[in-house]
Amino acid sequence: MADTLMKFADAVKKYDPVFGLEVHVELSTNTKLFCPAHIEFGGEPNSQLTPVSLGLPGSLPVVNKTAIDYAVKLGLALHCDIAEWSQFARKNYFYPDMPRNYQISQYDKPLNGNGYLDVELDDGEIFRVPIERAHVEDDAGKNTHVGGADGRIEGADHSLCDYNRAGVPLIEIVTKPVEGAGARAAEIAGAYVRTIRDIVRALNISHARMEQGNMRADVNISLRKTQQDPLGTRSETKNVNSFKGIEKTLVYEIRRQAAILDKGGEILQETRHWDESTQTTAGGRVKSDANDYRYFPDPDLVMVHVTKSHIEELAAHMPEMPRERRARLKAEWKFSDLEMRDAVNAGALDLIEETVKAGTDAAGARKWWMGELSRIANEQGVSLEELSITPHNVADVQNMVTTGKLNDKLAKQTVAGVLAGEGTPAEVVAKHGYQVVSDDGALESAVVEALDKNPDVAEKLRSGNMKPMGAIIGAVMRATHGQADAKAISKIVIQKVRQG
Amino acid sequence: MSQQDNSRQDDLVRLSAAEMADKIRNKQVSSRELVEAELKVIESAEPSIQAFLHISKDEALAQADAFDKKHASGDTEGLPELAGVPIAIKDMIVTKGIETTAASKILEGWVPPYDATVITKIKAAGMPILGKTNLDEFAQGSSTEHSAYTTTHNPWDTERVPGGSGGGSASAVASFEAPVALGTDTGGSIRQPGALTGTVGVKPTYGGVSRFGAIAMASSLDQIGPVSRTVLDAALLHELIGGYDEHDSTSIPKPLPSIVKAAREGQKMDLKGVKVGLIKEISGEGFQPGVQARFDEALKALQNMGAEVVEVSCPHLSYALGAYYIIMPSEVSSNLARYDGMRYGLRVMPPTGTDQTAANMMAATREAGFGDEVKRRIILGTYALSAGYYDAWYGSAQKVRTLIIRDYENAFKQCDVLVSPTSPSTAFKFGEKMDDPLTMYLEDVATIPANLAGVPAMSIPAGLSDDGLPVGFQFFAPQMRDDLMYKPAAALEAALDQARGGPMLQSLKTPWLESLAK
Amino acid sequence: MMWIMPTFTREEIEHLGDLARIALTDEEVTRMQGQLNVIADAIAKVQEVASDDIPPTANPVPLEAYMRPDVAVTPLTQEQALADAPATEDGMFVAPRIMGEE
Ligand SMILES: [Mg+2]
Ligand SMILES: [Zn+2]
Repeated sequence: MADTLMKFADAVKKYDPVFGLEVHVELSTNTKLFCPAHIEFGGEPNSQLTPVSLGLPGSLPVVNKTAIDYAVKLGLALHCDIAEWSQFARKNYFYPDMPRNYQISQYDKPLNGNGYLDVELDDGEIFRVPIERAHVEDDAGKNTHVGGADGRIEGADHSLCDYNRAGVPLIEIVTKPVEGAGARAAEIAGAYVRTIRDIVRALNISHARMEQGNMRADVNISLRKTQQDPLGTRSETKNVNSFKGIEKTLVYEIRRQAAILDKGGEILQETRHWDESTQTTAGGRVKSDANDYRYFPDPDLVMVHVTKSHIEELAAHMPEMPRERRARLKAEWKFSDLEMRDAVNAGALDLIEETVKAGTDAAGARKWWMGELSRIANEQGVSLEELSITPHNVADVQNMVTTGKLNDKLAKQTVAGVLAGEGTPAEVVAKHGYQVVSDDGALESAVVEALDKNPDVAEKLRSGNMKPMGAIIGAVMRATHGQADAKAISKIVIQKVRQG
Repeated sequence: MSQQDNSRQDDLVRLSAAEMADKIRNKQVSSRELVEAELKVIESAEPSIQAFLHISKDEALAQADAFDKKHASGDTEGLPELAGVPIAIKDMIVTKGIETTAASKILEGWVPPYDATVITKIKAAGMPILGKTNLDEFAQGSSTEHSAYTTTHNPWDTERVPGGSGGGSASAVASFEAPVALGTDTGGSIRQPGALTGTVGVKPTYGGVSRFGAIAMASSLDQIGPVSRTVLDAALLHELIGGYDEHDSTSIPKPLPSIVKAAREGQKMDLKGVKVGLIKEISGEGFQPGVQARFDEALKALQNMGAEVVEVSCPHLSYALGAYYIIMPSEVSSNLARYDGMRYGLRVMPPTGTDQTAANMMAATREAGFGDEVKRRIILGTYALSAGYYDAWYGSAQKVRTLIIRDYENAFKQCDVLVSPTSPSTAFKFGEKMDDPLTMYLEDVATIPANLAGVPAMSIPAGLSDDGLPVGFQFFAPQMRDDLMYKPAAALEAALDQARGGPMLQSLKTPWLESLAK
Repeated sequence: MMWIMPTFTREEIEHLGDLARIALTDEEVTRMQGQLNVIADAIAKVQEVASDDIPPTANPVPLEAYMRPDVAVTPLTQEQALADAPATEDGMFVAPRIMGEE
C-alpha cells in the first residue's frame, strides 16, 4: 500500500524535523580488524578468510593496530574525545551473514566520543553537526539472494553467503540528534556525509566509494510540532548507500511522517529500507526480538589502550582537512564561490590541483576540467578521474595555448587525440601537424582574399559594423585548414578595413 | 625391541612421562615403541573405559617415526624434555586433520583446517597424539555423562563416573592408556576428574596457556592444562604448552617463573618457610567424611615437612557458585551461537509445516544438535544478558568476581598457597545426579573460585576414601605464581608415596593390562 | 539497584528459545522451567553483595590488548573454507530462504 505523503514545503512548515545519522565507513587497512586475512574488493568468494573470520571453533580475535590508529585519526578530525581505554563488546544476534552470530563492536566504552563536524552548505553557511561517538566494529559477510526478482531478498528461494567482507574494519559515526535543520535537513545530511567522505579520503583511511559499499548510512528521523517539544518517535532507515539516497530518504520520511501526524496518527518506531527502484522507504520486515542484542564485554578481548603520547603523535601528523584545504585553494586560485563549489561538486579539486602543480595557471586548468572534459565525461557517463587523460597532459595542452602554439580548436583536437590514446599532447600535435599559422604575410593575403570574395561583408566592416567579422574569420580558417589564431585574424581584418 | 627384554610392555606404560622421556633419551626405547604399547593398552582398555572419541593411530605412528628419525640423526637438541612421549588430547582442543567434535552432535564430522597453539607446540616437541578424549558436550558437566557419543567409565569402578568435563583425559591417564593428556578447565573440568580418578590435574593461571584453538566454552574462565600421573609430569607438560601467544589477546605477555624447577625442588620434601593457608569456607560441611579425612591427613603431612598451616577466610566464596552460573552460561550463550548449520557441522531443516527459513533451520539445527545441559545453559545465559536483567544478573556477578579476586589477594598476603579438598565427594554412580542439575553443579563448588579469580590451582591424589575411591587435594597459588603450588604439591606427592610404599595408581586393578601381559 | 528474583514462565522460556534460536519442544520447556527456577533461586543471591562501589571484573588478569601489525598471512583456501559446509553453491555457503512466507 502506497504511503500518503504531505508536500515537503507544507511538512517542514508544520513540523520540525530532527534527524540522526549512523554512518559506517569501511577502513582501507590491509587486513581485517581481528585477523590477518587480506582484504580485497571483488576476490573469489570465501577466499579471504582465516579461522577467525570464518568463525571456526577455537579461533580468537586479535586487534589490528592500524585499524585503531585510523579510528583515532578520524576521531581527531571529528573533534572527539579519544578514550585512552576503550573496550570491545559483543552484539548478539543471528543472521546468516554473521560467522559467529555476534558482531564485535564497542558499546559503553567507545574509542571516540563527543565530537562535532562543521559542514559547509551550498550557500556557504556553516552548520555544526554534533557527534555522539565514532566506534570501531567488524563488518558482516555478504548475501546474494537467488531465485527471486532482481536479486531481492523478498521472494528469494535461498541465499548464498560470501564471508570475505566479514571482519573488515568499520567505523560507525553516530550523530547526536541534529536539531534546527528545518527545511534544510536533507541538504545538511547530504553535505555531512559528503564531508565525512572527503575527510576519510584526506586521512587516507578508506576508499570511501559508496557504490562499493565502503560507506553506508542509517537515517533516523522524527518530527515534532515545535523546537520546544520533546523528540518524537523516530523511524530508522537502514543501509542507505548513496548520497542522493540519503537526501531522498529524509525528504520521503519527513513527508510520510507529516502526513501520518497530520491525521492524528502515530509513528511506528521501526526499521525501514530505502528502495531505489520505487524511490520510497518500506518498513515491517524486522523481527520483534531484533533489538535485544545482549551486549557484554567480549571476554576474548581485553581493554584497548591508546596512550596519550600516541594520540599526540597521530595528531601531529594530521593532513589538512578538506574545508581548510578548500579555503586555501580558493584563495590561491582566485576562484569565485560558484567556481569553487562547481569544482568541488564535480570532484575536480584534486585534478585541478594536480594540473596546476604540473605547471599551468589555475584558470586554465579549471576551464579544461569544468568545460570540455566535463562535457566529454558526461557524454561517456564516466567520472573525470576515469578519463584517460592526466592532469599533466592537460597542463601541457593549456601551456601550448598560452604560448600561442595552439588555438582553442587545435587544443580541443589535441585533447581528443590524447583521449583516443594517440599519445601525449606533444605526440598528438606532431602526428597531425597541428600548428597555428603565425606567418603574418600568409595570414594577410588570406584576409585580403576573403575580403575580396565577400564584398558585402567587407563593405559592412568598413562602415564600422563589426558583426559579420565571423564570416571573414571562418573563411580565413578554412583557407588555413584551421591552423590560424582567430585573434590574430581579427586584428589583421581590423587593420585592413581601417586602411580603407 | 631395543629395551631390556625383562621389561614387559605393561611396565613400559606404567612409567611416568618423565621416565619414558629418560628412556627415549638413553635410546632404551623409541617413540614408536611407546606409541605401539599405548595403542595396545587402548585397544584392550577401551571396551570397559571408553575414554576416547577418536584414536589417531596412523597420525601417532607417523609422528613417532618422524621423531625417532630426527632423534637417530641427533637432531633433537633443544626439544622439550617430554619429546617423543605420546599424549592424549581432550576433544575440546582443535587438531588439524583430526576430527574434533567437543563431544557434540552439532560438530560431528568436523575436521579442523588448523591446529590450536598448544597442538602446534605438542607437534613441535615430537609428542605423538594418540587420539581425542571424551568430555561432557562442550565441556559442560561434571561427569562426562553429557557427551553426545559415549559414557566414559572410571577405572577405579567402572560403574562410576570419572568426573567431568574432562573425564576422558583423566580416565585415559589413570588407566595407562596415555602417560599424559591435555584438558580444559572452566570451573574444575581438569581438577575434579583428576580427584575422581586419582590423577594430577592443573588449571594454570588464566592467560598462562594460550586458548587459541581451545573451543570456547566461557572465554574468561577457560584454561588448557595438563593431566598426568605425577606432579613432575604435569610441570613438564605445563611448561611445554605455556607461554605468551600473540593469537590470544588474553595471553600474559611475559615469562613466568619455572614450574619444573619448583616441582623438582618439592621432591626434596623440605617445606620449611612455606606458609599454607587453609580456606575456612571450602571444607567441613558438605564434604564426605572420607574426603575430609584424607584432606586432614595430607595437611598433617605438609606440616610434617615443615610447612606452617594458617587458617584464612575468603568470605565471598559462598557467592562463587552464583557468580559462576551467571557468567559462564552468559559467555556460553554467545560462544555457542556460531553453531547454526551454516558453515560447518550439523544442519537440520525445520519440520514440514514449518516455514523453511534460515532462522527456522538454525533453530531446528540447534534443537537437534545440542544436548539438554548445553541448551539449559544457553537459555540461562541468554536470560542473564538480556535487556532489563543485565545489571542485576551479569553486572552483579562481575562485581562478585571482583570481591573474590580481592579475597584471594588478601589471603595470599598471609600465605604462599591455599588448600582445600578438590571435590566434595568421591566418584558417583552413573545417573545419580543427571536429573538434578543443581546437585551436579555443587560438584564444582571447590574448584570454581579459581576460575573466577584467574588464579592457578591443581589437584593431586590424596589417597583413597573409605569406599576405596580416590580423593583429591587442591592447591591454589597467586596469579602468575604457578610455581608456588608445584613445590608443596610435589612434596606432598612424595610424602604420600613414601607412606603407602608407591604411587596410589599402582594399586589400581587393571585387568586390561593383565590380559596384555599374557 | 533493583533486586530481581526471576520466575521463569513458559512464555519467558519460549521467548529465550527464540532469541537463542533453539526450537525447544513443549516437554523441554516444561522440564527447563522447573530446573531454571531452582537454579535461579541458588544464584540470585549474587545481588546481595553487588554494591555500587564495587567495579565489575570482565577479565580476571588485568591486561591491555596486544595490537598486531597490519600484515596479511596466507588465508584458508576456498576449498578449506567450504570443506565442512552443509550446502554450497558457486563457492558460497547456502542459506535457506532468509525471509519468511508470511
Ligand atoms: Mg547502527
Ligand atoms: Zn554498526
